[in-house]
Amino acid sequence: MVTRFLQLLMCVWVGAVVSVAHAELVIEVTQGKQSAIPIAVVPFEWQGETAPPEDVSSIIANDLASSGYFSVMPASNMISRPTQLSQVVYPDWSRLQQDFVLIGRMSVLPTGYAVEFHVLDVHQQVEVFRHRVKGKASQLRDVAHYISDFVFKKLTGIDGVFSTRLIYVTTNRERTRFNLNYADADGAREQLIFRSDDPIISPTWSPDGKKVAYVSFENGRSEIFFQTLATGQREKIAAFPGSNSAPAFSPDGTKLAFVRSQLGNPDIWVLNLATRQLERITRHYAIDTEPQWAADGDSLIFTSSRAGGPQIYQVTLADKQVKRLTFEGKYNARPRLTADGRKMVFVHQSGDRFHIASQDIKSGRVHILTSETELDESPSVAPNGSMVIYAASEADRSILAAVSVDGEVKFRLPSKYGDVREPAWSPILQ
Amino acid sequence: MQKTALYKAFGLAVSAALISACSSTGDVNEGAGSTEPTAIESQAAEAGQQAETNAVEAGAVAGESLEAQATEAQAALLEMTVFYFDFDQSSLKEDGKDALKAHAAYLAANASARVILEGHADERGTVEYNLALGERRAMTVRRFLMANGAKAGQLQVVSFGEERPAAVAHDAAAWAKNRRVEVKYQSR
Repeated sequence: MVTRFLQLLMCVWVGAVVSVAHAELVIEVTQGKQSAIPIAVVPFEWQGETAPPEDVSSIIANDLASSGYFSVMPASNMISRPTQLSQVVYPDWSRLQQDFVLIGRMSVLPTGYAVEFHVLDVHQQVEVFRHRVKGKASQLRDVAHYISDFVFKKLTGIDGVFSTRLIYVTTNRERTRFNLNYADADGAREQLIFRSDDPIISPTWSPDGKKVAYVSFENGRSEIFFQTLATGQREKIAAFPGSNSAPAFSPDGTKLAFVRSQLGNPDIWVLNLATRQLERITRHYAIDTEPQWAADGDSLIFTSSRAGGPQIYQVTLADKQVKRLTFEGKYNARPRLTADGRKMVFVHQSGDRFHIASQDIKSGRVHILTSETELDESPSVAPNGSMVIYAASEADRSILAAVSVDGEVKFRLPSKYGDVREPAWSPILQ
Repeated sequence: MQKTALYKAFGLAVSAALISACSSTGDVNEGAGSTEPTAIESQAAEAGQQAETNAVEAGAVAGESLEAQATEAQAALLEMTVFYFDFDQSSLKEDGKDALKAHAAYLAANASARVILEGHADERGTVEYNLALGERRAMTVRRFLMANGAKAGQLQVVSFGEERPAAVAHDAAAWAKNRRVEVKYQSR
């Protein structure tokens, strides 16, 4: 038993070291919910001769902990390590003040692996649900995230986003190398999408998650490109004279809102991707930029300096009527709407500092979400509307950080080298 | 105030040039040619070579070098190629206007000269707004140059927003250096 325990511990330890060495970004939770649910994720049983390709149970534990909705018990504090229902002694977990226990087994199949797990309610002393997931060795991280999503949805009622992806730009301090990267939402499995000696900004996802759009300065000025993730195929979409930037796909994926500056005056345009027909949406001598579609596709919210400093406005596409949305503070920019359309998050200047704020669309109430980080920018909302990822400055470097839309959960995704900027959270990927 | 100081500096430069021109035309011209390897100075250098090859026409050459020295003072202004702005502002500061006028005059006199006006912002605020702000700053410079004689076809505007900082630190001093327009000659 002791040997077995040590073996398990070794597996966990080796797994942890390997994931740190490969992951560019590593999640550190800085603030969880007051009401975080206590859960014990018991290391899964493993019958193989050598260590499993992925430590599935610790990936699940990390996922649940990083969400802030769960307080995950360290394995070292566990009195027992059941892997079968018959081994569970509920009073043990009750004494450890756990609400739920997740146990499971991983077995080898001719074609890959199977992971079977149970979620147990400690107070009711019952199994809440069980599930079995299969995958190849290369898919075990996906299997782990799938289980995390499953558990998260069952226990919180909110869709999990552990199987989603991030794209972001990394750059050196001198700003002479720019990488557009793709990684799991927990920062693992980073892959390079596009590299340039010139700036890359404003990456964004198509609604089906198959394509990304971004702005590249590779030809000496800002132009918009599409890139298909599976093939790496690139397409230049907007390279009109002047500047082309701030791409945003319509919710149905048929149109692209972007900023085009004719004669140095940035306005918002919409490009029909099938017909390539262009329509000018705003016409104002001030800066109009950072368009984002409303969920119904009938209007755009955007940043404009028409009142002097940057404020957020909404324009109805049918009649081009413009309505101002933000009134608090002298700098409000880069709005992003939650999927339910009830809130928007944006960059808000408070005193000398820039923070991420949310505003209730109906009531107009503003809530500043971040305070620990500096120079916050580029907020992007998770597809379940619960979290916002953004770029911030910390100790002379740019890192990614995340905050829940209610401000209760916070985590950081620092990188080991260079600056990380411009994150974009993927839609739910099928 | 700064403007007055600049005019004084200009005056001093010209009078210093006159004094040295009187003492030794050849030396001054050579100096101008070796330290300032720009298009304007190369004219001065040619004048210097003429002075050396033909001593009889020294008087005429001296007149030419006077003109060259005046041009050199202009050239000192042309050396100023970076113009700074306040936070979230795209209006020109007074202290850059004389130098921009010199650039405009040079562009007006040299029809084949081309410049890129590169707009930049500091890292505060949002990436895309800063891209637009950098462009507005470059457009302000473009308008000023055109109002002072440059032609639209000589001027190309590009913005890099906050992506190409001149100073990489994260403090007020670095930010002040980064809110700028750079005048970059592509041909003289």
